[in-house]
Formats: sequence, structure tokens, C-alpha cells
Amino acid sequence: MKHFMQSKLQRIFAGAAFTLSLALTQTPAQAQEKFITLASTTSTEQSGLFGHILPIFKKATGIDVRVVALGTGQALDTARRGDADVVFVHDKAAEEKFVADGFGIERIEVMYNDFVLVGPKADPAKSTGRDIAAGLKNIANAKAAFVSRGDKSGTHAAELRYWKAAGVDLDTTKGAWYRETGSGMGPALNTASAMNAYILTDRGTWLAFKNRGELSIQIEGDTKLFNQYGVMLVNPSKHAHIKQELGQQFIGWLVSAEGQRAIAEYKIGGEQLFFPNAKPAMKKAA
Amino acid sequence: MNPFFAALAGAVDLITHADQKLVDIISLSLKVSATAVVIASVLGLAIGAIVSVTRFTGRGMVIAALNATMGLPPVVIGLVVYLLLSRAGPLGHYGLLFTPPAMVIAQVILITPIIAALSRQILEDAWREYQDQFASLGIKNASAAATLIWDCRFSLVTIALAGLGRACAEVGAVMIVGGNIDGVTRTMTTAIALETTKGDLPLALSLGIVLVAIVLAINIVAQWLKSFAERRYG
Repeated sequence: MKHFMQSKLQRIFAGAAFTLSLALTQTPAQAQEKFITLASTTSTEQSGLFGHILPIFKKATGIDVRVVALGTGQALDTARRGDADVVFVHDKAAEEKFVADGFGIERIEVMYNDFVLVGPKADPAKSTGRDIAAGLKNIANAKAAFVSRGDKSGTHAAELRYWKAAGVDLDTTKGAWYRETGSGMGPALNTASAMNAYILTDRGTWLAFKNRGELSIQIEGDTKLFNQYGVMLVNPSKHAHIKQELGQQFIGWLVSAEGQRAIAEYKIGGEQLFFPNAKPAMKKAA
Repeated sequence: MNPFFAALAGAVDLITHADQKLVDIISLSLKVSATAVVIASVLGLAIGAIVSVTRFTGRGMVIAALNATMGLPPVVIGLVVYLLLSRAGPLGHYGLLFTPPAMVIAQVILITPIIAALSRQILEDAWREYQDQFASLGIKNASAAATLIWDCRFSLVTIALAGLGRACAEVGAVMIVGGNIDGVTRTMTTAIALETTKGDLPLALSLGIVLVAIVLAINIVAQWLKSFAERRYG
């Protein structure tokens, strides 16, 4: 009996292993394909930028870029664990810490876009204008509903910086009007749309977003709202399997004249979303 | 137009004008979930059979644990599998994170308890019925279990279908361990989540209707096969 059970179990495990290996080999041409894993932000993926530039890169180099779209904090975490080859995000302070801690090789600036403050068309807090600090102060004073990402993303970090610049101490003033959703840009926008609340968003996600309800842009054009994106190769000395060469090729292409042109070309409804600003010295190096 | 009608019309349009991308997403979803169901059925049936025909100390605890793990939140499973498969984790060496096999592993963990717990109940009920006969004929536990599995095969197919339904409908775990990578690990459910995120609620709902239609079609075929087999061999 014992013997019987043992051989049965063995067969079961052999069967399971076989099925799993079948599933493995069925994976679409993974082994032969050259690819890198890119940890990036929801703003670049969901605005459609990657859908535009990655096919151009693949055509030029044959390298497939597999994008895992997360918040900046989570994307850096994923890279820190070695689960991505390249990380492309927008939170300068967090990126510099990532490099200083030895997880990234070098932070290279690629492009910027800008944040906009979106809110109800009726604008109950009288926030409209070009000054983000003044607008946020009015929202806090009016205790108008405001949706925060609350997820340690780059946008969340920027939002907290703007509150500070506005002289609003969230710890003491935040009440029921300040709603932390702990979610990505899209879900947070869905929430804001349903609650008719103010929210800080990057322009790209806003332009691509369809469920706007009564919301419209209230504040834009403040230079403080510019939002720089940086790209970094994950340090191969921390994780030996990092695809250094392919990753380097991708970074080089992003800052090259061709890559920068591809970024500038991407538009939604005639509006340019991302503004390439890689430094010329880096372009030469690429 | 009412958003529900718009979504329904969108779903019909998606099905009649299915592009390659949608076909790929659907086939990946089915491949991952079907593989997971096959593995989970083998494991779950083995566990269910062993627990139903044997008596040992702590058996009550095992049954309680099996029943409880049916309620494992997919996000928690996703997190555990993520940490195991991550390059910094114990199985990181295999580089499975953000691949279809990672999603299979997560779904196997999700549905094995369901298949084990439900088949344990069915097999045990049948075992109580035949217990005396097995004893009088001197049939050992292992062959008794095999007999019971064969005897209950139609009910057990329903359990496997329940597992398939759960696997197809699940989003929390596959999102974390698959990464929702376009063309590699994007399934029906993660695509629905993505379109919701983009605020394209009608498209998200249309995809949802397509998913429900596929699962329904599978169940209709299974039901038909089952009643055919019951008439023929039952």
C-alpha cells in the first residue's frame, strides 16, 4: 500500500512537472527573443507613449521591451529586487537615492512632461490660475474635496512637495476633504471623477483618460509643475543577470536624436505630451 | 446610449471583429488557466482522496485548513508567489517572474485548495456509503480511492470547472506575478483592469462580457459532454 501510494505520488509529480514544462515551452518565442524588462510608471504606459516609441526602437534594434507599469516607488522597488533591467521613472529625489545606494548605475534625464491640477468645472475652491501653490491653498481653505494618490508614486511625491510649497501642513489640516486612495493615476482619476473632486495628474494620463465627468483642467503652465523623467540601468554588480548590454542600448537610444524625436512626435489630439530634454553630452555618448 | 447597452454592443463588436491582439489575450488566458486547472486537479484530487479515505490524528484540522484556504485572497497569493519568484527571492534564479508560468503557479495555489476541499467532501460522502462493502471485500484504501474517484467522476468534473471559473476570473494574483505586460502576460482580467484604469469603462465592460461569454461557452460544452457521457456510460 505504502509502495503503491509512493509510486502514485511520483507519477502525479512527474505529470505536474510535465504539464508545467509544456506551459513553459508554449510561452510565445521567449527563449529566442532579445528582450529587456523595463519597470516604468503608469503615466508613460497608459498615456500611450510606449505604444508609440517602443515599436520604433524594436524596428531599429530587434530588442523587445517588456514594460511593467507601476508607480515610481514600486517601480524602483521592483528594480531594487533585480526584477527589471532598466527603470524609467519620474521622482528625482528617489532616483538619486536609488543610484546613491548603488542599485542604479547612473541617472540620465530623458524628457519632461507637466502636471495639471484638475477639478470640478464649477471650481468651488476658486483654484483656477497658473499658480499651483495659491490654488492648493484655496482648496485647503475651502476644504474642497481633493483626491490624493497616496501610493508613494512620483505624482504622489510631487503632490506632497506642492502642498509644502503652498504652506499647507497636511498633518494638521487634512480632514474628510483630503481623500487618500492608495491607487494608480487612472483609478484615482476615476475616484475624483465620481466624487467631483480636485486631483493632481500628469497631463498625458489626463489627455488619454476617458471618464472625465465634470472635471476639467484648473491649473496649468506653472514652471513648478514640470515633471522630469530619468532612466537608469539596474546595477549588474547587485544582480548578475541584468541584461547590461541590451539595457544600455535602450538607454542610448532614448537619449539619441532618433529616440528624442520619437518622444516629441507622440501626440494626443494634436497635443504633445512629453518634451525630450536629454543633455547633448549624453546624446554624443550614446 | 445607456452605458450597459453600449458595452453590450461593444462586446458583440469585439467578438465579431476580433483582432489578433484580442485573440492572443484570450488564448493566453485560457492556456494559463487550463494548465493551472490540470495541475491543480491532479494535486487537489490526490489530497482530497487521501484525506477522504484515511483516518489519522489531526485529520479534522487538515479538513478545516483545506476549507479555510478556499478563501485565500488572490492578492496575498500573488504577493507570496512574487516574493518567491523575485530575483531577490529563493526561486529567483529561474527568472520566472513576469512570465506565464508564474501566473500558472499562482493560479495552482489559488485553486488546488478548492478542488481538494470539494472533492474531499464528495469522495468522503461516497466512501461512507461504500465503506462496509470495501471492508467486506477487503479492498485497500488506495484502490477504494481509485474506485470512488471513478464513481464520482461526473461530480468531480463540475469541481474542476469551478476551479477553471475561479482561475479565469482572477485578477489580483496574475496582475502582480505577471506584470500585465503587453503581448506577454496580459490576460483578459488584467486587460479589463487596465481599461478601467484608463477610464474607458465601456471597453472594460465589453471585455468583461466577452470573458463571461467564453466561460459560459466552455461550461455549455462541458455540460453537453457530461450528459452525453452519463447517458452513454453512466
